[in-house]
Amino acid sequence: MDAESPKPEAMPVAATADAPLLRISSLTKRFAGYVAVDNLSLDIHAGEFFALLGPSGCGKTTLLRMIAGFETPDSGEILLNGDNIVNALPHQRPFNMMFQNYALFPHLTVEGNIAFGLKRLGMHASDVKDVVAQMLALVQLEGLGKRRPDQLSGGQRQRVALARSLALRPKILLLDEPMAALDKKLRESTQRELLELQRKLNMTFIIVTHDQDEAMTVADRIGVMDHGRLEQVAPPRQLYEAPRSRWVAEFVGDVNVFEGKMTGEEQGRVMVETRDAGTIIVPKPQGADDGKTLCVAIRPEKIKVSQRGPVNDLGGSAAINRLAGVVADVGYLGNATVYSVKLDAGAMLRASVSNTTRLDADSYQIGQRVVAWFVPADCMVLEQ
Amino acid sequence: MMARRLFARPARIAAIAPYLWMALFFLLPFAFVVKISLSQTAIAQPPYVPVIAIAEGGWAGFKAALAQLSLDNFRLLISDNIYVLSYLRSLTVAAIATAIMLLIGYPIAYGMARLPARWQPVAMVLVIVPFWTSFLIRIYAWINILQHDGLLNKTLMALRIVREPVTWLSTDTAMYIGIVYSYLPFMILPLYASLAKLDIGLLEAAADLGCSRLKAFWLVTVPISLPGVGAGVLLCFIPIVGEFVIPDLLAGSDRLMIGQTLWLEFFTNKDWPVASATAVVLLAVLLIPLLVYQRLQQRQLGTD
Ligand SMILES: Nc1ncnc2c1ncn2[C@@H]1O[C@H](COP(=O)(O)OP(=O)(O)OP(=O)(O)O)[C@@H](O)[C@H]1O
Ligand SMILES: [Mg+2]
Repeated sequence: MDAESPKPEAMPVAATADAPLLRISSLTKRFAGYVAVDNLSLDIHAGEFFALLGPSGCGKTTLLRMIAGFETPDSGEILLNGDNIVNALPHQRPFNMMFQNYALFPHLTVEGNIAFGLKRLGMHASDVKDVVAQMLALVQLEGLGKRRPDQLSGGQRQRVALARSLALRPKILLLDEPMAALDKKLRESTQRELLELQRKLNMTFIIVTHDQDEAMTVADRIGVMDHGRLEQVAPPRQLYEAPRSRWVAEFVGDVNVFEGKMTGEEQGRVMVETRDAGTIIVPKPQGADDGKTLCVAIRPEKIKVSQRGPVNDLGGSAAINRLAGVVADVGYLGNATVYSVKLDAGAMLRASVSNTTRLDADSYQIGQRVVAWFVPADCMVLEQ
Repeated sequence: MMARRLFARPARIAAIAPYLWMALFFLLPFAFVVKISLSQTAIAQPPYVPVIAIAEGGWAGFKAALAQLSLDNFRLLISDNIYVLSYLRSLTVAAIATAIMLLIGYPIAYGMARLPARWQPVAMVLVIVPFWTSFLIRIYAWINILQHDGLLNKTLMALRIVREPVTWLSTDTAMYIGIVYSYLPFMILPLYASLAKLDIGLLEAAADLGCSRLKAFWLVTVPISLPGVGAGVLLCFIPIVGEFVIPDLLAGSDRLMIGQTLWLEFFTNKDWPVASATAVVLLAVLLIPLLVYQRLQQRQLGTD
C-alpha cells in the first residue's frame, strides 16, 4: 500500500494488457453552456466489470448515454476496437443498455420484451424462442414469460430488463443504476447474480451507480467522477486505501482529515505538525519538503480507542500516533460503534470500533477520557 | 359504525348517480322510441296508435295491447331499399371520413405530443378554439367559402390552379370537408392524450435493441397509441353515422344519409313509427363497433 503512486494498470482483469475494447478519449459534452462531461478519457478492457461512481449530477448518465449513442459528444472520440463509433446510431452499436427505469415495453409480454431485439436481428422464430427460454432461466423468471410488465414486481421487472439487454449478447452491457429501486437484500442478491452472469458469459459490463458499496462489491475497477471529470480510476482496494486526492478520500468511505505542515523526517517517516490534532507521524510522501502544507487522512476503522495509550515498542520505534481526548458522541451501528473524540488539540476525530463480542466490555461513555491511536502506515498523505 | 354509515350513504349515491342519469335520459326516452316503433301511424295527435294502454286494465287488456304490437315498420325498413341504402351510405361516409381524420389527426397529435412541454397547452387550446363558435355558424361559413365565387375558388383561380370556378357545394367533397373539419378535434384529442403519455425512454430502448427510428415508430409508438386510435375512431365514427346537418347543408340531395332519411320520415312524412324504427336499428348498428372495441380492449388487457 503506497500512497504516492496509484497504478491503474495493476488490476485483476481477465484480458491482459493488450489493446482496450473501448477507448474513450477527450470526450466532452456541454448542455447549454454547462459542461456535463469534461475532456474525459478512459480505457475499458474486454471482460472487465467497470463501475462509474460519483455524486448526483456529475455526468455519469451522460457518459453512458454517449457510449450507447443517445447523446452526441461535442468533441472527442469513442473507439471500439480501434474504430471511431461517435457517429454510429444507437441501433448500430453492439452495446445494450439496461435503463435506470427499465424502459420495458408495456404492450408486450415478458417474452415479447426479451425477444424484441432478437427479432430485429432476423433470427428464426424457433431460435428466438430458445434464447428467450434460456434468458428467462438465467434470471430465474421461468413461468412468468406470458405476463405483462405491469403484472410484475419491481425486482422482477428489473430482471426482465436485465434479460432483455443480455439476450443480444452485447459486446458491452451498460447498466445505469440498475439496482437503485431495489431493497438492500434484493440488491445484494442481484449484485451476486450480475457478477456470476458476467463471469459465466465473459462479457464486459459498465455500471453506473452512486452507491459505493455496490461499486466495491461488483467492480474490477472503479472510476470516480466529479464535475464531468474522472478523479481517479483504480481497483476498489486501491481506491479506498490509496485515494489520489482529498476529495476522493472523502467521497469513498469515511475519513478524518487533518491539515498541517511537514516539520521533520526520520527513518522514512515524516512529522506533520497539524493545525488542530498535534503532531502526527506519517509515511514519507514523494517529493516532500519541509514546510509544505499537507493533508493527513486516516480512516475511522484504522483508529483504536483505549483508556490509556499502547506501551511503546521494544524495537524503539515510538512511531505510534497517540491522540488524547474526551468522548463527545457515541454512535452505535450494530456491527461497529463510532466514537467521536474531541481531541485536546481541538479537532474532532471519528474512530470506528468493531463490536467483536456481545459484551460491551470495551465501550466508552460520553465524557470519558480516551486515547485514540494508530500507526503511521495507516495514514494517507494527500495533497490539498 | 356511525361514521361508516355516514360515509357509505353519499358514496352509494355517487355510484348510482350515473346509472340514474342513464335511466332517466337514455333508457326511458329510448323505451318511448321503441314503443312508437312498434306502433302504426294514425291521423291523430301524436300521430300514432297508442299501443300499450294499460289503463284498460287486467291481464286481458295487457294481452290485447300486446296483440296490437307489430313489426311492420321494421319489415318496411328491410323491404324498401331507400333505408338500406341510407344505412350503407351513412356507414361508408363515416368510415371514409374517419379514415381521413385518422390520417390527418395522427401526425398532428404526434407533433403536439413532441412539442416542448410549455407549448403543448397552447397547441391544445388551438385545437379546441373552433368550439368557441357555434357549430352551425361554422358550417354556414363553409358554405360561404365553398360557393361559386367563394374564397376557395377565388384562391385557386388567383394561384392559376383552375381556370374557372369549380362546383364544390352540393358535392360529397364539400360534405367530407365539413365533416373532417368539424370532427377532427375529437380525433386529435384522444390521440394526443395517448401519444403524450409515451415515454421517450421506450423509443431509446427500441433503438438500443436494434430499431431504426421508423421501426421504433411502428413497433412501439403505434401499438402503444392504439387505445387512443380506438377512442378517436369511435368518437368520430358513431356521431358521423347519425350526422344530419353537414350532409344536409353541404352534400347533394340525391343520396341521403340515415339521419336525413329519419328527418324526412319524421317531419315530412309525419311517420313517427317508421322514424322510430329507423332510430332503433341505427342504435343496434352502432352497438357493433362499440362491442368490437370493447373486445379488443379486453384482449389487450389479458395475456394475449
Ligand atoms: N438533456 C439535458 N439538458 C440539459 N442539461 C442536462 C441534460 N442531461 C443532463 N444534464 C445536466 O448534466 C449534468 C450531468 O447529468 P447526468 O445525468 O449525467 O448526471 P448523473 O451523474 O447521471 O447524476 P445522477 O447520479 O443524479 O443520475 C447535470 O448537471 C444535468 O443537469
Ligand atoms: Mg444518472
